[in-house]
Amino acid sequence: MPPISRGFHGRRQTEVDPSRLPPGQYATNDFPVLSAGPTPHTPLDEWSFTVGGAVKEARSWTWDEFLELPNEVVTRDIHCVTKWSKFDTEWRGVPVERLLEGTDPWGKFVVAWCDGGYTTNLPLADVLDGQAWVAYEYAGEPLDPEHGGPARLLVPHLYFWKSAKWLRGLNIGEQDEPGFWESYGYHNYGDPWKEQRYWSD
Amino acid sequence: MTWRVATIRESRVETPQAKTLVLDVPDWPGHLAGQHVDIRLTAEDGYQSERSYSIASAPDAAALELTIERIDDGEVSPWLTEEAREGDQFELRGPVGGYFVWKASLSGPVLLVAGGSGLVPLMAMLRHHRATGSQADMRLLLSARTHEDVLYRRELDSSFRDMMYLTLTREEWDGWSRRVDADILREVGPGPEEHPHVYVCGPTAFVEEAARLLVELGHLPAAVHTERFG
Repeated sequence: MPPISRGFHGRRQTEVDPSRLPPGQYATNDFPVLSAGPTPHTPLDEWSFTVGGAVKEARSWTWDEFLELPNEVVTRDIHCVTKWSKFDTEWRGVPVERLLEGTDPWGKFVVAWCDGGYTTNLPLADVLDGQAWVAYEYAGEPLDPEHGGPARLLVPHLYFWKSAKWLRGLNIGEQDEPGFWESYGYHNYGDPWKEQRYWSD
Repeated sequence: MTWRVATIRESRVETPQAKTLVLDVPDWPGHLAGQHVDIRLTAEDGYQSERSYSIASAPDAAALELTIERIDDGEVSPWLTEEAREGDQFELRGPVGGYFVWKASLSGPVLLVAGGSGLVPLMAMLRHHRATGSQADMRLLLSARTHEDVLYRRELDSSFRDMMYLTLTREEWDGWSRRVDADILREVGPGPEEHPHVYVCGPTAFVEEAARLLVELGHLPAAVHTERFG
């Protein structure tokens, strides 16, 4: 039994649907920013997006080409490992399975890599079937650099560090390789509903 | 990662908004300067709330210390800063975060840039520097609203006076009275040619601007470590 913190009552969020809030999280209307270093500012004419690694056919798009890809608007709840959750966030992006079309991947893992050197790793199965997007609009506006613009990964069913900011490519791998935070003690998979925050969780 | 029971040994008022809690945590595994902890409060009916706080004490210190700034509409910080007293308990786990850390074994100069209570994890680095007798050129640039808002003011004055640069954004005094800008960063140094390890911590807008200025001055983005809150 955890100790009672004497005199603590909490400010319960009665307006929040508890079934949407993973354990240890609280709902916020803000959109806090977290990143390990300075925000990169890559000019759009130097931006490209690449799918490579363990694929038969690597693919690459310029910014203009990327905007021509079939995209969709999705509304999802997001959960940050630092405890905040934000409900009903609205994004426009390209479903990741559309980006993999014709690449014929044979690896079962993905490393998302980014401007600024950030990486994060995911099982390939977790970015398919309508579970992940490369998003470039938030709430109807171009994605702000602070929040990962021009484009970021969106994988809302995992803790939000997996939704890598300033995304430039996906590298398919035959082996799972820990990304940036995964190498610094954060969980390899990061399911918020199982509260997989850290290595031993 | 295991939850441990923390018992408050002592609490110290730092500013009208902030308090330091000195904790007894049995079997605390130790930490690095710059890391944080998760804490979890439990109400009588079992309701729980979790938050993360930076560690203020050096790895070398005898007890674990957290400094908490009160957020008026917060859920956990008002309890920690106003209700909690000696002997009270809550759960704690950690340490967390292996990137925003400084070790005395790291060679090269160090620049710490703090906005408000972003000073807390950087204070752990300053204290670690002192405790280990490190010869590293470590400098702190602190931006605070007024003198009254400066955390650890006495300790900074007595132990870190010649490492410290202060700018106040809401008080006129005989030092800098403005937000951190390129001129201030240039004057504080060390410059990019000395390849300092840089640590920036504070509110998002502060960190964004300071990190942007540092890169503009020529610091390598990979050398600029950031930690934000809010």
